Amino acid sequence: MSELTLLLIRLAFLAVLWFFVIAAVGVIRTDLFGSRTAAAGPRKSAKPTKPAAKPKSKKGEPRQLVVTGGPLQGTTINLTETPITIGRANDATLVVSDDYASSRHARLFPQDGQWIVEDLGSTNGTYLDRSKVTRPTPVPLGVPIRVGKTVIELRK
Amino acid sequence: MSEMAATPVPLPAKRRGAQLLMLALAVGITMFAYANVGLAMNGKVPAGMLTYGLGLGGFMLAAYLVLAKFAPWADPLILPLVTLVNGIGLVIIYRIEESHARGTAGASATNQLIMTGVGVVLFAVTLIVLRDQRALQRLTYTAGFVGLFLLISPLIPGLGKTVNGSRIWIGFGPATIQPAELAKIALVVFFAGYLVAKRDVLALAGRRLLFIDLPRARDLGPVLITWAVSLGVLVLQKDLGSSLLLFGTFIAMLYIATQRTSWVLIGILLFVGGAFLAGQIFDHVQARFEVWLDPGRQEFFDRELGGSAQLMQGLFAMGAGGILGTGLGQGHPYLVPLSFSDFIFSATGEELGLTGLMALLMVYALIVERGLRTSLAARDPFTKLLAGGLSFLLAWQVFIIVGGVTNLIPLTGLVTPFMSQGGSALLANWILVALLVRTSDAARQPPPQAIQNEGLTQVFQR
Repeated sequence: MSELTLLLIRLAFLAVLWFFVIAAVGVIRTDLFGSRTAAAGPRKSAKPTKPAAKPKSKKGEPRQLVVTGGPLQGTTINLTETPITIGRANDATLVVSDDYASSRHARLFPQDGQWIVEDLGSTNGTYLDRSKVTRPTPVPLGVPIRVGKTVIELRK
Repeated sequence: MSEMAATPVPLPAKRRGAQLLMLALAVGITMFAYANVGLAMNGKVPAGMLTYGLGLGGFMLAAYLVLAKFAPWADPLILPLVTLVNGIGLVIIYRIEESHARGTAGASATNQLIMTGVGVVLFAVTLIVLRDQRALQRLTYTAGFVGLFLLISPLIPGLGKTVNGSRIWIGFGPATIQPAELAKIALVVFFAGYLVAKRDVLALAGRRLLFIDLPRARDLGPVLITWAVSLGVLVLQKDLGSSLLLFGTFIAMLYIATQRTSWVLIGILLFVGGAFLAGQIFDHVQARFEVWLDPGRQEFFDRELGGSAQLMQGLFAMGAGGILGTGLGQGHPYLVPLSFSDFIFSATGEELGLTGLMALLMVYALIVERGLRTSLAARDPFTKLLAGGLSFLLAWQVFIIVGGVTNLIPLTGLVTPFMSQGGSALLANWILVALLVRTSDAARQPPPQAIQNEGLTQVFQR
């Protein structure tokens, strides 16, 4: 083996190693740079990414539910067409371990492009911004919903 | 409503294809590295390349199939990243074994490959048996006792063995295992379960002094107990690494659970105080500190036991590697004692250089990022703490050993996860990865569908 060949192999190996790291970052780039880059172009790349994974949503429609306060702070749930339940029960979508929450506390569901919050007969009530939710109410973007100690809001 | 029923519910991507591609790439890189070692050392592609490459590839394919069947929503990156680190470790061990130099008799890439296979089996068993990680929450205290027992088991006369001055092994005939490796996983499960139950009182009670919230004195109990146990490990088993690992993980999980900085400050103060006292009282701890502060001193370098010769040689090795390294199979990593286990990081640094080490650290960072991401996405507090604790454990382990080898912190005998030769650690880390995969599957899978279609029956006015 000549010196030159070995040098080239060495450089190639390091390049491949870094290619792996960059490819790994590419797989999770939706995580790192937000979902908008993934939904930006309909191009089919060679990598098996799925740009069409998210539905073509209209402008102003929320895409994510974000927990902004309480023990679960930072949790995000991607909104699909599925209703979301909040409570202490293990089968709830968002399980809160909170003495102030009921086991089935509140429900969020989509209707006609809007998300509606409904209190499921909880003991301590669900609050949309400052007002108590007494009947199903549409949730605007960025308005806090309070369930016990947990605060959530919808975001794009 | 009819429109809603017509369009199927869009699901987040599983990314199985991306995972398989990355897995193939990781195995490919490993085979490339084998070929590189053989070309550099003997001038031909080694016969073992296909054996090792196909062996590793076969194991990983099996792991992938189990994962695809039993945890289909799991994170697509965790397995390929772990595969790469494991593969590079195998290559470095093989390379050191091939040098046939003095002091490298313990290096055996074949053993390590077999252990990787056993690790994959344990990974699969964990995934198949444990369908819901919340089942572990019921085993909180069992896990605590098991962890504690495993931790102290080397001290039991007749069972424990002292190797290289540390009493951290237990032996059954010829087979020896390091129970502390398994203990740390059990203890993370215990901490997670315990803190979910107790975190409200730890987070809320207490009063404010200056700018930090002080907890109540009686809430210090668990911290003091963990502190005492980890100091016990330090003093009785002479295992600085496990001690630091245990206590650091507990403090980090306490912080994740309560979000209070005061616990971190209390933890650091306790540990530094304890370690300082131990350094005053016990010779072996003191020797570590002396070596850390002034490794270049001749008398430390020449010291037979606990000297700085190994550390200095490791530093020289990395220095010889420079930015681009000497190339696989072209350096002299076998000159450093234990370069196939504790010092595998310096061996890698010599042959792959800073560029290679940074890539490797990036891979570790990505594994940890996936774990923390899982923790953020998890929907119940136990899973959150478990994923956070496990990923911190992995990160902390890498920090302690890499920090030790580069003389940033006192050197402790920890393994580099997935790279160092050593069965117990490899098996334990594969179980850890299985738990991470399980939690990420739970966190990423779409919320369960409502049983009745409430949209059709619900009537309300807006």
